[in-house]
Amino acid sequence: MLAYLVRRLLYALPILLGVNVITFALFFVVNTPDDMARMQLGVKRVTPEAIEKWKAQRGYDKPLFINEAASGSAVFTDTIFFSKSALMFAGDFGRAEDGRDIAREITSRMGPSLAIALPTFVIGLLVTVSFALMLTFFRASYLDFWGVVLCVAMMSISGLFYIIGGQFLISKMWKLVPISGYGGGLDAWKFVILPVLIGVISGIGSSTRWYRTIFLEEISRDYVRTARAKGLSELAVLFRHVLRNAMIPILTGVVVVIPLLFMGSLLTESFFGIPGLGSYTIDAINAQDFAVVRAMVFIGSVLYIVGLILTDLSYTFVDPRIRFN
Amino acid sequence: MSDGATLNERLLLEVARLRIAFVSGRSLLPAVDGVDFQVAAGETLALLGESGCGKSATALGLLRLLPAAGRVAGGEVCFEGRDLLSLPEAEMRGVRGGGMAMIFQEPATSLNPVLTVGHQLGEVLARHLGLSGQPARERSLELLRAVGIADAERRLGEYPFQLSGGMKQRVMIAVALAGNPRLLIADEPTTALDVTIQAQILELLRQLQAERAMGMLLITHDLGVVAQMATRVAVMYAGQIVEEAPRAVFFSAARHPYTQKLFAALPDLARRGGRLETIPGQVPPLAEMPGGCRFASRCEYAWERCRRQAPEWRQVAVGHRLRCHLDALPDAGASAGVAAAVEVEEAAATPLLSVDALRVHFPIRRGILQRTVGHVRAVDGVSLELARGRTLALVGESGCGKTTVGKAILQLIAASAGSVRLLGQELGGLAGKARRPLRRRMQMIFQDPFASLNPRMSVGEIIGEGMGALRIDMQRQGRAAAIAAVLDQVGLEAAAAHRYPHEFSGGQRQRIAIARALAVQPDLVICDEPTSALDVSVQAQILNLLATLQADLGLAYLFITHNFAVVDHLAHEVAVMYLGRIVERGSVDEVLRSPQHPYTRALLSAVPSARLDAQPEFIRLPGETPSPANPPTGCHFHPRCRQATDACRERYPATSVLSATHSVRCHLYSQDAAR
Amino acid sequence: MAFLPVILWSDVLIWLLFVAAGVFGWLSLRNPLWRTAWQRVGRSRSGMASATVLLVFVLVGLLDSLHYRPRLENDAGHLASSDAVPGESAAGKPPAAYAVEVLSLLDAILTPLRTRNEKTYSEPLATRAYAKESIESRDAAGELQKTRDYPRLKHGGIHLGADEAGRDADIGQRLLRALALAILAWWALAAATAARLAHREACAHREAWRRIWSNESDFAWNAVLAAAGAVLLVALPLGMLAVHYHVFGTDKVGQDVLYQVLKSVRTALVIGLVTTLVTLPLSIFLGVLAGYFRGWVDDLIQYLYTTLSSIPGVLLIAAAVLMMQVLIDNHPQWFATAAERADLRLLALCFILGVTSWTGLCRLLRGETLKLRELEYIQAAQAFGVADLRIIGRHILPNLMHIVIIALVMDFSSLVLAEAVLSYVGIGVDPTMISFGTMINNARMELAREPMVWWSLAAAFVFMFALVLAANLLADAVRDAFDPRIAGSA
Repeated sequence: MLAYLVRRLLYALPILLGVNVITFALFFVVNTPDDMARMQLGVKRVTPEAIEKWKAQRGYDKPLFINEAASGSAVFTDTIFFSKSALMFAGDFGRAEDGRDIAREITSRMGPSLAIALPTFVIGLLVTVSFALMLTFFRASYLDFWGVVLCVAMMSISGLFYIIGGQFLISKMWKLVPISGYGGGLDAWKFVILPVLIGVISGIGSSTRWYRTIFLEEISRDYVRTARAKGLSELAVLFRHVLRNAMIPILTGVVVVIPLLFMGSLLTESFFGIPGLGSYTIDAINAQDFAVVRAMVFIGSVLYIVGLILTDLSYTFVDPRIRFN
Repeated sequence: MSDGATLNERLLLEVARLRIAFVSGRSLLPAVDGVDFQVAAGETLALLGESGCGKSATALGLLRLLPAAGRVAGGEVCFEGRDLLSLPEAEMRGVRGGGMAMIFQEPATSLNPVLTVGHQLGEVLARHLGLSGQPARERSLELLRAVGIADAERRLGEYPFQLSGGMKQRVMIAVALAGNPRLLIADEPTTALDVTIQAQILELLRQLQAERAMGMLLITHDLGVVAQMATRVAVMYAGQIVEEAPRAVFFSAARHPYTQKLFAALPDLARRGGRLETIPGQVPPLAEMPGGCRFASRCEYAWERCRRQAPEWRQVAVGHRLRCHLDALPDAGASAGVAAAVEVEEAAATPLLSVDALRVHFPIRRGILQRTVGHVRAVDGVSLELARGRTLALVGESGCGKTTVGKAILQLIAASAGSVRLLGQELGGLAGKARRPLRRRMQMIFQDPFASLNPRMSVGEIIGEGMGALRIDMQRQGRAAAIAAVLDQVGLEAAAAHRYPHEFSGGQRQRIAIARALAVQPDLVICDEPTSALDVSVQAQILNLLATLQADLGLAYLFITHNFAVVDHLAHEVAVMYLGRIVERGSVDEVLRSPQHPYTRALLSAVPSARLDAQPEFIRLPGETPSPANPPTGCHFHPRCRQATDACRERYPATSVLSATHSVRCHLYSQDAAR
Repeated sequence: MAFLPVILWSDVLIWLLFVAAGVFGWLSLRNPLWRTAWQRVGRSRSGMASATVLLVFVLVGLLDSLHYRPRLENDAGHLASSDAVPGESAAGKPPAAYAVEVLSLLDAILTPLRTRNEKTYSEPLATRAYAKESIESRDAAGELQKTRDYPRLKHGGIHLGADEAGRDADIGQRLLRALALAILAWWALAAATAARLAHREACAHREAWRRIWSNESDFAWNAVLAAAGAVLLVALPLGMLAVHYHVFGTDKVGQDVLYQVLKSVRTALVIGLVTTLVTLPLSIFLGVLAGYFRGWVDDLIQYLYTTLSSIPGVLLIAAAVLMMQVLIDNHPQWFATAAERADLRLLALCFILGVTSWTGLCRLLRGETLKLRELEYIQAAQAFGVADLRIIGRHILPNLMHIVIIALVMDFSSLVLAEAVLSYVGIGVDPTMISFGTMINNARMELAREPMVWWSLAAAFVFMFALVLAANLLADAVRDAFDPRIAGSA
């Protein structure tokens, strides 16, 4: 089992390298730094000098891979690839357009992101799994039918409308909580509760339907028939047998997103003005701050790969076949 | 139980006019139509029938465990005086597992893969006996020991995937027994198991039943199992019981034409080389059951009344009743196959196929870098020859490597070592193109007729594929005519070419698969368990077809099977495989009549015979086949062999020649052992 | 000619898809297994009802995919004469000038909606603007007077003249007429259907009618008719009123919201359908290759899709779209018109969405191919020495198609939803291109206005919901019919 995990860990390295190369190609090969400078500076201010200055300020004036002018190891280190891509492995993401250190910005913004994303994830998971279990229990009844219809209807509504509608109803009409903003300390709940509620509701449709499909697939298996033949009640069959086996496919989809919770949600954070990583990304996209977007792509991939490893790890808890092989 | 107890008092289960139907779209398709039977304590009623006759639906219906589409449409099920069909669900749950327990066909899928054996046993103990904690644990250990599981303490904490197939079925039985049921329903309990394991499980069931005076409802398609297990037998056909008789009567004087046909379709020694009786036609589909006798369309004695009026139960002797208009069968003996054993001329000088020291090893990869740490020796030095027009049966239990041999001969799997020669030409080293002329010389027929035909291609396309790929010139008659000719050879109409596989039954699909192989006019056909997925009556048709084709076309068959009855019926030579090696080979008489290797003997003794007198003493093989990844040292068979000596533990025996055709690999017969 | 046809790339692709779907449908009907699967879809009532609704959307999208540039009318007689003798126009007269603006057939049909712009916001069916303005008018004495009032709209309800109070009556009257027309049209449709069925099944007209409504026909005609009825009941009143009013109001720059909503449909369809043109070849090709050949090919392809899928989708899309924007901004010479630029940006978005989302299907197809290649019919083909490519073409691909079809219909709705989110984030379609996303993006601050402007959002919501819901329901029906596990048990 240890060898299995070490292997998964080692497998992550080439993937991370691949991600790094892809982002590098996307940011520096598709467009030259000159193009980026022109775009950033705007048509009016573009002069060759301004472009050079823009590039020098950001360290984009170096060669891409090999610096023939330098000597020693600087041939490779004094390049865009090394300073902008390779150094990301060391946690050095450079500076944003506003001159702030991206790495520090990221660490300070993780907290608010997590404050929204974690409760949304946990409550959402509990709600949808219980809802799906209920539909499974009452399968092939009217409750099940209308539950599924409701799910399909709910998943046909864009996430934007959930947020807009929720803000409008709860904050604007009923004035229960502030419409947006974020505060630390004890008051934080006022700002957190609405985005979490909306996050949970907007996920109900698709998740419930997905879990229901998994449960129904498990319930048609032979061991469920054996469990019923033992005289167990339907609830015992559902919780003791079906749920345990359904955990395996459920975990595949669920565990992998846990590390990504740090990244927050783009939509929720920008709508509610949460100073987290999601709104940081959105601001960067709107300001065309390439350095920040690049850093976020890299961090996102790292977290995803951590999620993959966690998934493998979680299998060993729920699936004895992996634990003992 | 007091001596004065009458049969009625000991009666456990009474089923009357039970009807079960399945919802399909807007209509109800009857699957079981008016079934009556009783089971008393201590007796075994065998419910015998071919696939789709409704026997499993009956069993599930008794426990009210039918799948979602199933409905009990009527009738009465009375268990220990209680009407099960009107019982509230909560009380019914007390009956399930507590009064009536059930074991299923597939032990691999019927146990929950993520719960320990102890947990799955404990559940029943807690539900029906209110046991938990230490008492439950002790009772679980007792149960595991009772079903013959060694090292019960360790097994209690293990998961199903850590158990072998036979052990899983033992655990299944322990789970079923845990609630102290009075009636055990066993639905094809040994069908998924190897014959030696089947023998162990059947023995266990008999012994447990005797100890506990349980009633047992045994559902099976296997007359051999019936002969060993049953007190009484009920034969089901198309949703109805057509004949019921005590075992002795059943095996000596069964009267229903269908039952008779079932017996006659069984391949056995008496009809070797001749044709087997077959039942023409097919079971009528559920949706369009005929109004009269359901068997009438396939019955050779049927007359006008049979088609018009459904026969009622008729008592013909004590405990023997049947549903048939016929008073007495015309002399059944007359129709027995004429044993016109067509002896093929002795083999020509050069064998068609010669395999020498064939090895197929699959690497086992482990560790961080996935290095090869060992090999699964699926085939480990197999040599054999096959001449034109002959049949060599390759016999063995699952996992012995027999299928791999077939695929390696066809070059579907690359051999690790050894040579395969067809008509004197080595196949191993040939490149794809050079192999083509040899490819058409040999073809394969697969086990599962449902997986061996591409559902998206028409029958004509399927059969024509080989002709196209092998560039067989059909200019003289044209592709369509060639396909029609091949279809005719296997007994299908030419119009079948335009239809698709899903429109055909299992037996017909196997005919199509045979036609596909025949289309390229091969000399050698490798038949990989071609009848094991088929019902007995259909199996007989396919075996007859294969025999005819051999006689007409001079085909050679490499017949891979685990079924000795089939071997006996159709093979000229037999090779017995155990863990990747051939342990005994010889002519069919030599191997089946005077087996020498202890494994062959045990294997033969484990085969349940469909006759009451013929059962030889069962040689019980301890344990199960070891993994080919890690075979025992010395003779692979020694851990299970009662005659093992020190020599057996040390080295693998050399081949000992017993006659011109008969050889065996066992130290009992080797030169140094004799000395 | 009165117009110059403009063939945008997305037009080509969408018509190509339309033709391909037709050809595929025709081919799949020839194979009985496919035919029964499609028949199962045809029997599904929710599936057929949503297919009917989707068909209307597709029709709107197709009409919106025939583009042209109208000829500029320099002088009145010019156009007529060149029309009469088209061959001479090039010889003697100066070359015809065409408008820079690219229009579609739908634009032509919707000319009243497109051209009758107000100054700014107006409520649905309003005759006056939504906000007060200072209005200068001359009173009886000829004095210039400034009043603050809701100004009269330039186009909305203009036919009423001074009789603004008669608006409700006018609307009611038009609604009634539309309703009567809708019922009439529906009856005609239903009768025609029954007649066709009666002809096909050779039964009496009355019997066919009964079969349709008692759910006994082999095709869910009742659902189709019900959905068609609903569509008529919505479309006809909308059409009747739209001629004289802004049914869904106008937006900030005074554009008719109904027009915007209808234009959004094509954008959604392009995103939802053209993207699959990128994902399908990639995922089918790579998935089958990896599953069939295994070994290093498999390792490489697995590495490729694991790497790609480990970059969170939105971020990868954001990065790619940003880079695409740089590219487009730096090469303005590539595009003749703004429409072309917006169109290419739309296609680039499809391409980016496709490149980032093929991995899931690829993984699925790889797994299925791994299973299929062990099946006995593949081994039988190998025993004949059938070439690998042929085995893939004849045995593997046809047995994977059900997964592809299910993925295709399932992805459609999620892509439509994704477009809205991406456009909102600012990495979606060109801001000048009308889409559900840009509509929502423009309208999101309007809820905060006092008084609130709700109609843009509501209209976008209703139409998008209808489109996505229909797509989801059809996807369910298709999945139920094609998935062998589900279809087998039913």
